[in-house]
Amino acid sequence: MADKITDEMIEYVGILAKLQLSEFEKEKAKNDMNQMLSYIDKLKELDTRNVEPMSHIFPVTNVFREDKVENENQKDAILLNAPKKKSGCFQVPKTID
Amino acid sequence: MELIKETAVELGKKIKCHEVSVKEAVEACFKQIEQREKSLNCYVSIQKEEALKNAEVIQKGIDCGKLTGALAGVPVAIKDNLCIKGMETTCSSKILQGFYPAYTATAVENLIKEGAIVIGKTNMDEFAMGSTTETSYYGATKNPWNEEHVPGGSSGGSCAAVAAEECFFSLGSDTGGSIRQPSSFCGVTGLKPTYGTVSRYGLIAYASSLDQIGPIGKDVTDCATILEMIASYDRKDSTSIKRNAYDFTSALVDDVKGMKVGIPKDYFANGLEDEVREKVLNVAKELEKKGAVIEEFELSLIDYAIPAYYVIACAEASSNLARFDGVKYGYRAKEFEGLHEMYKKTRSEGFGSEVKRRIMLGSFALSSGYYDAYYLKALKTKALIKEAFDKAFAKYDIILAPAAPTTAPKLSESLVDPIKMYLGDIYTVSVNLAGLPAVCLPCGIDKKGLPIGVQMIGNCFHEHTIIRAAYSFEQTKTFYQEKELKGGIGHAV
Repeated sequence: MADKITDEMIEYVGILAKLQLSEFEKEKAKNDMNQMLSYIDKLKELDTRNVEPMSHIFPVTNVFREDKVENENQKDAILLNAPKKKSGCFQVPKTID
Repeated sequence: MELIKETAVELGKKIKCHEVSVKEAVEACFKQIEQREKSLNCYVSIQKEEALKNAEVIQKGIDCGKLTGALAGVPVAIKDNLCIKGMETTCSSKILQGFYPAYTATAVENLIKEGAIVIGKTNMDEFAMGSTTETSYYGATKNPWNEEHVPGGSSGGSCAAVAAEECFFSLGSDTGGSIRQPSSFCGVTGLKPTYGTVSRYGLIAYASSLDQIGPIGKDVTDCATILEMIASYDRKDSTSIKRNAYDFTSALVDDVKGMKVGIPKDYFANGLEDEVREKVLNVAKELEKKGAVIEEFELSLIDYAIPAYYVIACAEASSNLARFDGVKYGYRAKEFEGLHEMYKKTRSEGFGSEVKRRIMLGSFALSSGYYDAYYLKALKTKALIKEAFDKAFAKYDIILAPAAPTTAPKLSESLVDPIKMYLGDIYTVSVNLAGLPAVCLPCGIDKKGLPIGVQMIGNCFHEHTIIRAAYSFEQTKTFYQEKELKGGIGHAV
């Protein structure tokens, strides 16, 4: 099997996955993924032309409910976990100039 | 019998008739934890003061007749991917260090309502990704039978804690075998219910279409009793299923007369250790003696289950784990420039290598240009696997199989070759892909002195059948007699 994962592909997947990999990690990820994919390619042996993809075992339907607040206000308990907060909000780096 | 050796249900009975106090039960666990935890590392966090305080409240509830459930006052350990309000929940990851959920998972809530006492959160593979509990950020858990070996995973801490009697029962989660394989390696009993039976609300998601919470206990009676308590229809989980009945303990009957047991030949082929094969097939013989009808058959597609599983699980994981970005909870990188770099650095520093490996693979499988070739192909394979099981269950009541090809490997032997480690899941992942219930219970001990587990797989919603078969085999006392003979830890009958 030809190597599917090129250096460019690793860069691209890194962007999708929001991961910043070191050069060493990139090389390792490339090898790992090529190895995994050549193993996964076994699936190509199966004839699935007339098979519907199955995402759930049982029929799944939306579970609707009234748009009504049922929880008590948990703002303080939730903000307790924030790595950084300010004036009752999550604080993040500046995103617009 | 020594208090700590009791099963959860037996302990519950003794508490109910005031033979044992709740405080005594809780203290017995902490005494055992003190003796064994340092070397085993079953727990990520332990709450002693809280548990002792709860013991008083629960005792009062029992005394005044408010709490009458079978597990009232019984100490339980919870896998660290289940949220409990005000109790640190880390998924054994650095990225969730210091995360205190604002709510409790429904399955745990159901136990607490019945008076069970949470004593701690158990160690696991990081985000449940692994088969050995070695990918935990908080160090590996060791197998109580032999500390040079792994307990299996990802619910390794939950299974080891039960085996080492550091709790009376525990909850785990099973995405590709994470309850059944460590149960097999630790000589305890674990059950993965039909998908949708136990609410996933409050379970930190790995692969949502495959994840199920299930019980781990000292015997089949414990597992049926716990399952009866944790299973419920829950509006907060959109995949929760309203079942007709939840009385799983009514299946605890020693009778398999006429039960049709299928043995998939392809599960007993190359790659399975001889001793495991022998002990698992011996279970079939024991069931046959009790009147079950045993037949071999070809299940097919076994070699396609693992590649399909890893594509689906990693794809879902890459999406589920996108929420860990350093904004709302957990770890945030110290130095960064701008929002985007904060996300990337936080995730790169916060996730371990196995988690990153699976996020990368999943992101690739979902990326445009590869989606059809990998993700859709895997979903079609899943449909074929489901069909193969449907055919099997048209003929058989249960399928009898090993839970793993070997007994517990030595520490640090598995992680060097990921594909080899993934192949160890060969007998368990199909069950998740097809949404089936399956139970794993001990059936023998190998030459190394490590336990061997047998897996009984049922059709969707047929927990009753596998519980009845498992209970009937357990009544032969095959495993306990062997343990008596060869020595070994844990529950004695």
